[in-house]
Amino acid sequence: MSTALPVLKADDFASDQDVRWCPGCGDYSILAQMKKVLPEIGVPPEQTVFISGIGCSSRFPYYVNTYGVHSIHGRAPAVATGLKLARPDLSVWVITGDGDALSIGGNHFIHLLRRNVDLNIILFNNRIYGLTKGQYSPTSVEGQITKSTPMGVVDHPLNPISVAVGAEATFIARSVDSNVKHLAYTLKRAAAHKGTSFVEVYQNCNVFNDGAWSYAQDKATRDDTTIELEHGKPMIFGKDRDKGIRLNGLNLEVVDLKDGKVKEDDLLFHDEQANSTLVYMLSRMRRPEFPEPIGVFRDVRTETFEEAVHGQIEQVVAKKGRGDLQKLFNSGDTWRVN
Amino acid sequence: MRRTECATTNLRPLMTTEAISSKPVHSVSGVTVRLVGDSGDGMQLLGTQLTNTSALSGNDVATFPDFPAEIRAPRGTRAGVSGFQVQFASHEVHTPGDSLDALVAMNPAALVTNLADLIKGGLLIVNEDSFEDKDLKLAKLKTNPLEEPAMENYRLIKVPMTRLTKEAVAEFGLSVKEADRCKNFFAMGLVYWLYGRNMDATLRFIHGKFGDGKSVIAQANEKALRAGWAFGETIEGIGHSYRIEPAKLAPGTYRNIMGNQALAWGLLAAAQRSGKDMFYGTYPITPASDILHELAKFKNFGVCTFQAEDEIAAVCSAIGAAYGGQMAVTTSSGPGIALKAEAMGLALMLELPMLIIDVQRGGPSTGLPTKTEQADLLQVMFGRNGEAPLPVLAARSPADCFEIVQEAWMIATQLMLPVIVLSDGYIANGAEPWAIPDMSKLSPIKVEHPSENNNPDGPFKPYARNELLARPWAIPGTPGLMHRVGGLEKEDGTGNISYDPDNHQKMVNIRAQKVANAAKLLPPQQVIGPQSGDLLVISWGGTYGTCLTAVQQAQAEGHSVALAHIRYMNPFPSNLGEVISRYKNVLIPELNMGQLRMLIRNRYLVDAIGFNKVKGKPFTVRELHEKIVEHCKSPSRQEAHAK
Repeated sequence: MSTALPVLKADDFASDQDVRWCPGCGDYSILAQMKKVLPEIGVPPEQTVFISGIGCSSRFPYYVNTYGVHSIHGRAPAVATGLKLARPDLSVWVITGDGDALSIGGNHFIHLLRRNVDLNIILFNNRIYGLTKGQYSPTSVEGQITKSTPMGVVDHPLNPISVAVGAEATFIARSVDSNVKHLAYTLKRAAAHKGTSFVEVYQNCNVFNDGAWSYAQDKATRDDTTIELEHGKPMIFGKDRDKGIRLNGLNLEVVDLKDGKVKEDDLLFHDEQANSTLVYMLSRMRRPEFPEPIGVFRDVRTETFEEAVHGQIEQVVAKKGRGDLQKLFNSGDTWRVN
Repeated sequence: MRRTECATTNLRPLMTTEAISSKPVHSVSGVTVRLVGDSGDGMQLLGTQLTNTSALSGNDVATFPDFPAEIRAPRGTRAGVSGFQVQFASHEVHTPGDSLDALVAMNPAALVTNLADLIKGGLLIVNEDSFEDKDLKLAKLKTNPLEEPAMENYRLIKVPMTRLTKEAVAEFGLSVKEADRCKNFFAMGLVYWLYGRNMDATLRFIHGKFGDGKSVIAQANEKALRAGWAFGETIEGIGHSYRIEPAKLAPGTYRNIMGNQALAWGLLAAAQRSGKDMFYGTYPITPASDILHELAKFKNFGVCTFQAEDEIAAVCSAIGAAYGGQMAVTTSSGPGIALKAEAMGLALMLELPMLIIDVQRGGPSTGLPTKTEQADLLQVMFGRNGEAPLPVLAARSPADCFEIVQEAWMIATQLMLPVIVLSDGYIANGAEPWAIPDMSKLSPIKVEHPSENNNPDGPFKPYARNELLARPWAIPGTPGLMHRVGGLEKEDGTGNISYDPDNHQKMVNIRAQKVANAAKLLPPQQVIGPQSGDLLVISWGGTYGTCLTAVQQAQAEGHSVALAHIRYMNPFPSNLGEVISRYKNVLIPELNMGQLRMLIRNRYLVDAIGFNKVKGKPFTVRELHEKIVEHCKSPSRQEAHAK
């Protein structure tokens, strides 16, 4: 006799806690999409763990009815790595922000990516410190006026996607909080990838940095300011789909498709398995010169960290058998006192 | 009748080396020998071999390796001197010895930096080939110390080791450098002859390390060892050798063990006894790294070692593994523990069991990486933000490391708390005989993970508590028990975030009481010596052996003194205050500036006297004994106050 598995819905992943983000915060949209996507992934709540650091986004685990750890600032990737090594059977999500992942936790972030631990890390990028009320972050733009930079930011911002490419992440994607369909699709793709899946989400902080991503959110502008990456398809964008991206030597350029001089076949075709130099070039596409890519930059399968670690363990066990402590203690030079 | 026999039947001796000296043999009860040379001269290897061989011959042994932080400091300089001291005896020894009966010095820098510790009339063996002008210059010496009149105080044996080794290994066609490298085995051969040591174990080591019987390097080293032995037998300057009878240790099978090795093996035992796989997250740091090297070898014992990107990631990965239900461990030394502080606070808020091990070294900051000190006690007690107490245990000797981590894991799992274990550089690198336990006789460490919801009226309560105030260790993968934990203050029971003032007070009280409850799981404080009297010496950690030896000496001289060695630094044993009250005075020797003394004074309002030293070196028995005798005679603290 077989028992039918219960069909889970978004509500099954809602916790009993009141959500305490500011009204209008982009985090609500990401939470809603996550709850929508989780039942579709097919992993039951008890097999799912959300781990976060510190910041507005890091309250996320309290709002999903799975297992979860709200850890300390910047360290969620390290906590998650330990959990995943101990329990490869679990589905692990790391929720972080631009300050948490790229400033105080920058070290753990790059090491998580280069190790390729099989988990998903979602970076809510709002280009500001929200929870501490409005200081600039490592993704704030030059000249940005914040509470800690009354004369404007002088740091050069970090580009999260470029950092991920540099760390040789095996799955790299970007989405936008308000583009719910695209966001849900991207989260699902991240879950499906084996290895570290990194997703940057443009997220609006309507209190301290309102409108930072309005160009990418606004339906009136977003077709011209962003370009959706689709595997195997030519890179075309624009409200009228009349502009494209072409590779010219070692540079990308925007070309006009209207007059027919440039054909679709001349454009760059997006390839999720392309070499990292090309992925890096895509990551450098910034407005106003370029539309900013949205979608999956890279998706390649290589050995995950826990596969490698447990592979070594299995190899030794296969060769030597499970260790016998008594034998170990009695090995080598011993002597007996009667 | 007790007798010792070599039980290494699994290792066939390469050839019989039961060489008997034809010279007279003097019987002595114990010897302290120090071997000193360049950090690249293999002094640590030589010392370890001498220790193992002495232990195998049934002596009790205690060692003190002392080496610079630099891997290869400039050759021949004083900064590059590396030493290994071992005491082996026919009686119990608890220290590597104060002063040296014999000193083997491979160069002038090694000689002048160590000679002060050699007793008058002591045996001084030097490699006279390394006392050329250039060698003296490297040691910043204007004259040759071997020609000083002070040499008359010692039995100086000048051995042309470099030349004799070269001649001995000539047949193997080694390069000059390779041949020169064999001279430490020549020195070892001489020392073995001198103390009647059997060469078998070292020969096995040589052939194991440098290849089988066919390896030229192995053959050359064996030849050098035998040449050294033969030199002792023939040279006229040495009239006799020594014999040290086996010590009367408790019956059992023994092996020689180093502190970090015992600690690693203790962790394996703790995992097995609790039916857990172990997750070990760490970052390399002196003097704790050998624990990682040791555990990394045992992947088939259910151990996953993770060398993290930094100290913080190491402890955080352990927290993740603990949440996942494994036996989680992180190790470090003082500087790394400082980095882990915030995460240790998280672990105590999450109320997850794990072990945090601090192998202390000289501080502050980078301090003295390869030297010993006990100056992290207050750091591990108080080095966290907020009201953040944790249980703290301190190992007292290399072999004790095996026991203490198992005890710590028992406390951690029973109370659902991270537990800190203190070791130190002296214990970590020191060695002593260890009675191998029968694993089948060790009781299981009981660990439970709930599978049922403990709340009939709603969601699972992760912070419900038992009589010890421990919360349930519910692990991911368990249906129906989904819960979130975090560093924010939480409501007792539900674990929901709570900023309620009364709840915070309650939770702070509960977390403190949980630590205090550890005392219920632990034995009362014992004393060695009279149950009351003039002086109570309170020791902790790695100074145990020296304190015990000094106290026993004073007791033998008729002084009214006892030793209370504290193993449980937090919470203190529940009877400690009462024990202290039975003595007129309290003396607390520590390799710090008075950290335990501060805790004892604060807790028991007792005017304890400190004896403190921070020189990167252990106490000598002599200086401790002097202090003990002095304070046995002082007026009691009450009388002193009355005046």
